[in-house]
Amino acid sequence: MPQSPFVMYDEEYQEITGVIEKLLRESNSKCVYLVDKDGQLISATGETKDIDATSLASLTAGNIAATGGLAKIIGEKEFSILFHEGERDNLHISVVGQRVILVVIFDKRSSLGLVRLRVKKASEELGNSIQKLMDRMTAGAQEENVLKEITDDDIERLFH
Amino acid sequence: MSFINYSAREINCKIVYYGPGLCGKTTNLQLIYKKTRPESKGKMITLATETERTLFFDFLPIALGDIKGFKTRFHLYTVPGQIFYDASRKLILKGVDGIVFVADSQVERMDANLESFDNMKVNLEEQGYKLEQIPYVIQYNKRDLPDVVPVAELKQVLNTAGVPDFEAVAYEGTGVFETLKAVVKLVLIELKKGA
Repeated sequence: MPQSPFVMYDEEYQEITGVIEKLLRESNSKCVYLVDKDGQLISATGETKDIDATSLASLTAGNIAATGGLAKIIGEKEFSILFHEGERDNLHISVVGQRVILVVIFDKRSSLGLVRLRVKKASEELGNSIQKLMDRMTAGAQEENVLKEITDDDIERLFH
Repeated sequence: MSFINYSAREINCKIVYYGPGLCGKTTNLQLIYKKTRPESKGKMITLATETERTLFFDFLPIALGDIKGFKTRFHLYTVPGQIFYDASRKLILKGVDGIVFVADSQVERMDANLESFDNMKVNLEEQGYKLEQIPYVIQYNKRDLPDVVPVAELKQVLNTAGVPDFEAVAYEGTGVFETLKAVVKLVLIELKKGA
């Protein structure tokens, strides 16, 4: 296996979601997503029902990866903040703790300044939560492990 | 890197379709999209040029059923096959859990197959992976065309490791799901092993 899997337990999910819910309220934004750099959606909150979260996660990760590539070309480590301005809605994308991506969608009820300020604050908290999760993974402390329980029959049955 | 989400009860994995330009990577995904029930698939995203050549990647999320109460979800990506998109290919390999190498069976594409296979190894190494450590399968596509290399010869050149391999005619669906099933199986077995 190239890398061990990224494992998130319910209490870690609750903690992370709590932080992005607070960010949503304090920044007056429409919705907030937290995405893994490989394109997996970790958590989402706000007016998310009309947005295809899986596509959003994958394209965001692609976007960060592509701008990361651009950064290297000009001798930068990465561009940690991206901002896309639309006619109605805007996207604020930032990298947290070099591992996850925070996506904030906001309209005229908020402003870029406010979003930036609140994202900065939330990033510290999120960084800590993610670090705790990573430390737990490195320490190999797992309360339950579904992977261990998978049998060959389970895998076979997926296709019938 | 696979993502096990205990809160949503989900196992998520990333599979990348690699291969030379015009070998049929996007066609594989289109076929899977067409033949998968609506409730088991998400939207297919294609970032292509005006001439329908893949520019960055294609993306298709599919769900395959439950294991021990966890939904299994696979994110299928293709890389752009054309040689000069190498920077993009490297990015897409990040966090890969399994690979399908799609070879073009036509005689005149043999060099392109080899070049792409070597390029895949180099790009994986740059990400810190070794091909032999990653679950992968090979698909010999375009078997319906007149001037194709015999499968035995393709195997000899591309499949020295003896991984599962399949003949395919991707546009009509032949071999597409067999290939997908094989790589999914290998990925899950590897996950289980690592646990």
